[in-house]
Amino acid sequence: MSERNPLFMPLVLVGGLIFGFGLAFSHMARPEVVLNFLQFEDFGLLFVMFGGAAVSGLTFFLAPRLLDRAPLTGDGFERRLKSFDRNVLIGGAIFGVGWGLSGICPGAAYASLGTGNVTILWALAGMFVGAHLQGYWRSRATDAAPAPSGAD
Amino acid sequence: MVADPVPLQLAADLFPNGVSRYAVGGLLVGLGTVVIYLGTGISAGASTFLESTLSYVSGQSRFQQYVASRDWRVVFTLGIVLGAATFAATVQSGLVSSSLYQPGTTGTLYEVAGITFWSTDVQPWRLLVGGVLVGVGTRVGKGCTSGHGVCGVGSASKTSIVGVLTFLTVAIGTAQVVSALGVSP
Repeated sequence: MSERNPLFMPLVLVGGLIFGFGLAFSHMARPEVVLNFLQFEDFGLLFVMFGGAAVSGLTFFLAPRLLDRAPLTGDGFERRLKSFDRNVLIGGAIFGVGWGLSGICPGAAYASLGTGNVTILWALAGMFVGAHLQGYWRSRATDAAPAPSGAD
Repeated sequence: MVADPVPLQLAADLFPNGVSRYAVGGLLVGLGTVVIYLGTGISAGASTFLESTLSYVSGQSRFQQYVASRDWRVVFTLGIVLGAATFAATVQSGLVSSSLYQPGTTGTLYEVAGITFWSTDVQPWRLLVGGVLVGVGTRVGKGCTSGHGVCGVGSASKTSIVGVLTFLTVAIGTAQVVSALGVSP
């Protein structure tokens, strides 16, 4: 691994701290609140998603125009968009069933643990099992298929 | 002066806990991703941590693409846990109070060493089964609520907007059906 700026890890930690504090403050780290939103009993959660997207959207718009390179990595601020294929729909639907059943998503689960929610370890264990299952299946499919002409 | 009661009643129905805690929390979530993005150029999502962390213990080829990023993803997740713990030790414990924070009545509060912690009442089987599906779905679908929802929608990515509409629609349907079947909490 190439040498990293010594401030790289501390900055990631600070970003995570703000992110986790925000998830806890908003109550999105509580499955009950997410379920109340999905059952149309409290629409407040829309403000978490759109509030977050508004702040990041403004930054993603301005940073490439005003700044040259990220100071800690030297990388540019170009958009790195994910390609669209069938998996976005299939995976999104599977995630939707899981989110609707449990009321928890990955970032909120980490934050939920921080607020003292030991019971959420069931969901975190499930997420690792699920991520491992799909990794196992897809690794086998990829290893069995002929080498692709270009990496994604 | 008499306020028009209809819009107020509507707002109370749609937002029984107000909007300030949601809006402030959302802005902080956005700020967390922005801090990392401005410093490093990385738009961080939360669900990749699941696969990148598995690369420490599993040789599956699928996980090896995340070896380079797995260390900082552990730090990011640790930050999320500690940030939420900071919230528990301050606002949730009543050490810091704000008119922008509406405590609500969900779940169960408990105290350890003077700190007020919180735990969910949602049944473990829902968390476990839902968690497995979240683990499969977010990774097959290329992102979760933070990667697609906050970063992807923020960068006006069509892939992410379609992803969010898909999981949001399916989640609403699922939660409504589960609730109609009488499963609570």
